[in-house]
Amino acid sequence: MTTAGLSEAGQRLVEKILEGQPAALSRAMTEVENETGHAAALLAAVQKATGRAVTIGITGPPGAGKSTLVNALIGEYRQAGKTVGVIAVDPSSPLSGGAILGDRIRMAEHSHDPGVFVRSFASRGHLGGLSRTAGRVIDLMDAAGWDIILIETVGAGQSEVEVADIAAIKLVVSAPGLGDDIQAIKAGILEIADILVVNKCDQPLAEQTKRSLKAMLKLKQSGSQDIPVLGTVATTSEGLAELVSEIALQDEKQRRGDNLVDRKPRIRRNLAEAVGQLAKDRLRQNQSADIDALIVALESGETDYLAAAEAVLDGGQTNREIAATRLEKKTGS
Amino acid sequence: MNSEANLTRPAKVLVTKIGLDGHDRGSRIVAAALRDAGLEVVYTAPWQEIPTVAKLAMEEDVDVIGVSSLATDHLLVPKLMKELHKAGLDYVKVIVGGIVPDNEEQDLLDAGVARVFHPGSDMADIVGTVQMLAGEAQNDTARQL
Repeated sequence: MTTAGLSEAGQRLVEKILEGQPAALSRAMTEVENETGHAAALLAAVQKATGRAVTIGITGPPGAGKSTLVNALIGEYRQAGKTVGVIAVDPSSPLSGGAILGDRIRMAEHSHDPGVFVRSFASRGHLGGLSRTAGRVIDLMDAAGWDIILIETVGAGQSEVEVADIAAIKLVVSAPGLGDDIQAIKAGILEIADILVVNKCDQPLAEQTKRSLKAMLKLKQSGSQDIPVLGTVATTSEGLAELVSEIALQDEKQRRGDNLVDRKPRIRRNLAEAVGQLAKDRLRQNQSADIDALIVALESGETDYLAAAEAVLDGGQTNREIAATRLEKKTGS
Repeated sequence: MNSEANLTRPAKVLVTKIGLDGHDRGSRIVAAALRDAGLEVVYTAPWQEIPTVAKLAMEEDVDVIGVSSLATDHLLVPKLMKELHKAGLDYVKVIVGGIVPDNEEQDLLDAGVARVFHPGSDMADIVGTVQMLAGEAQNDTARQL
């Protein structure tokens, strides 16, 4: 079988990915992360094999214990005989573009285990708590046959909720004493949670944090009262068994279709990304006089970016009219 | 300079320590300098085992590994080179920084280490070398599709 747009080496790589060879997965991740010329074809070739993994997003403020919780979850799932892939996103410096990727330091106890694959990504200026290509990288990992995929966001503030589109099950992790009344997770991030986790539950203020979270859920619209609030101590795995069974419950619910959550939001997000990228690429390569005219108009202040972008995307009113005329001719009306 | 270094994407570097020495001040300083120069640095705690470093380099698909050694752990680096070869990671460039006696430097170079940095090395030289090596690693034919 041949796949369009892939070299022989690319096709061999796809075969190896689907066989579950970690080195092949890693190489393909690099292509996708950097959006090379091979990325789209590689993703297309593995698309059919996606949709099997349980994807779990872990988000929350810096210092809540996300990486340590990921480490503890890896332990639980490995004991249950599942293979675990981890995607850990750390922030890039807005000044230099560089990054220190250190999430995996907390996962060191699994670093020998062939049943665990940890890959770090720099956010590269992308906002929302993830890297721009995280959604597609998850597809690769899914196709490579990893049972559980844990996605750890950068330490998130109040609006880094992108993981909601990407992971089937969203854990929002908080910890006692991170500011008055869990202010770091008051809006936005709280709303995407399937499960709220209060980590470091051995600390004195933990019960208060749990109570505040529960009180906050009661103020929300109906339905959110059902969101469980669980306490964990990730360093000792206390509460991890309960968390894992709650995740399983949520996963089962979603697969039964009780919850409306499905893969479609993630697919929609990926589609939006793909459209945006294609538009950018085409515009950069486009040397037409129309674009030049728009640039001149922007420079002189005759038009604004939103209007110019609309003109580019819609091709202006005239193009739309032409399209409408063509359609009429086709349908013979 | 990136243009000289021929990078096709941000350079990805693993900064680590193998063996029993825990003096990680130097590796932290180098990691921070690389970050400030725009590189993506995977940083590990000290005391890594050799197979772990190879697995980590594979999973992260790094271009360069920087091994910091202040207490004879550089003698383990030839073993690391063999492990990388076994894992099919010959294109990954390895540099060593720290205390390496002059008469042992050649052993490391013979084992495939690209460069050894001694105390007092210029940070700009370290960063520039890492970028250049990363460019070479990225353009290695074994990694092309």
